[in-house]
Amino acid sequence: MIKIDGLVKSYGELEVLKGIDYEVKEKEVICIIGASGSGKSTLLRCINLLEEITDGAIYIENVKVNDPKTNINDIRKDVGMVFQQFNLFPHMNVLDNITIAPRKIRHMDPKEAEELAHELLAKVGLGDKANNYPEQLSGGQMQRVAIARALAMKPKVMLFDEPTSALDPEMVKEVLDVMKDLAKEGMTMVVVTHEMGFAREVADRVLFIDGGFLVEEGTPEELFGHPQNERTKAFLGKIL
Amino acid sequence: MEVVIIEFFESIRFDILWNYRSLFIHGIWITLGLTVVGYTCGIILGLLFGLGKMSNKKWIHYPSRWYIDFFRGTPLLVQILLIHIAVIPTIFGQSLGFFVSGALALSLNCGAYTAEIIRAGIQSLDKGQMEAARSLGMPHNMAMKHIILPQALRRMVPPLGNELIALLKDSSLVTVIAATDILYAAKIVQGATFRVWEPYILAAIMYLFLTYIVTKIVAYVEKRFSTSYVPSKRPKIFSLSRTFTGGR
Repeated sequence: MIKIDGLVKSYGELEVLKGIDYEVKEKEVICIIGASGSGKSTLLRCINLLEEITDGAIYIENVKVNDPKTNINDIRKDVGMVFQQFNLFPHMNVLDNITIAPRKIRHMDPKEAEELAHELLAKVGLGDKANNYPEQLSGGQMQRVAIARALAMKPKVMLFDEPTSALDPEMVKEVLDVMKDLAKEGMTMVVVTHEMGFAREVADRVLFIDGGFLVEEGTPEELFGHPQNERTKAFLGKIL
Repeated sequence: MEVVIIEFFESIRFDILWNYRSLFIHGIWITLGLTVVGYTCGIILGLLFGLGKMSNKKWIHYPSRWYIDFFRGTPLLVQILLIHIAVIPTIFGQSLGFFVSGALALSLNCGAYTAEIIRAGIQSLDKGQMEAARSLGMPHNMAMKHIILPQALRRMVPPLGNELIALLKDSSLVTVIAATDILYAAKIVQGATFRVWEPYILAAIMYLFLTYIVTKIVAYVEKRFSTSYVPSKRPKIFSLSRTFTGGR
């Protein structure tokens, strides 16, 4: 579904990703772990081209993302993204936050879009917040709205960029629970996270990134239980 | 000393100005007209060139930058004279009158300042807003229109209000091309009556009165836009009771 082929990303002289190859299959949940600055968020942001790709290629359903002929907006319609800082639109209420993209981009009928939004809000447990504004919500609620907003485009893949890192500890679970439900429904997900418990429980495969390289990957049992690489061992030793 | 002061005040006679009242009233309309036209066109120009200066395309970026640099870097007085005496007669073969020249100069000048206000307002927004909109599949212009500008406009309200007040006062410079604004009326009266104090004091009072009204309007609008995104938390624009009782 997502094929990453020799991906290199540099900012001027600084090379952040130094050649990554990986393939995400449909309905897989992939967790990417690694230290801060290891390039894991950059890798995620390259998938929907929020970061320009320096070298190599990414294919989503066999369409090359960084081909100049590809219309990136068409790709992004099918790739949902959830950010660490939520990035809800503060000037719109929850309902408009969710419906604006389906209405403007998918040209969905406003009524239909609203019904979809109510459905998604019920799903993330915020059925009563449709008319609230983002500033009236807690962090956990905002992140759940952000997930609903991404889902409203009916994406084929969901990207999560440290979705719980900006949350107070007591709100982490409500967001992770929504993500777990999503995984159970068979959504293809790529999650950059520091939540090892979530990775262990939900991920099909876990990727450890360090220094711009994909150092090790495997099932959660393999990676957390029997890490092979010294750097993986050192990293897990520090956090577990 | 005391005698001199008393004599001075006794010599001030505002009643002479009554004969020239139509000149001053006409001046108010000219000043207001130039300000309104200059400000409206200035905001449109500012939006175009402010967005232009942020463009990645060099053929849009550089002309926008040159325009802004020129009109912010040269005195408005010079711009007015240049447009009235050189630019317009050269293009049209004759002068199109002080109002066209004055409004054009004020628009172009206001546009340059507004462009920077708009650019700063947009760039002060968190980068994540644009990223979130783009990640949903919105093209750049659509994200600008629906996500970025509505938020940025709010942040631009206070500096845009300042710009309006500044423009109202700067419009007095058009008096050099014989535009019949408030200041010009004062000059005419000075020439006709040989009185120096009364006409200029009246002109000052008129400008003060106009800027006072504009300041009040700006303050209301600012209050309305600078508080909350939640409609029910916003003060109403013309709720007098709030101002008199000191707010919420």
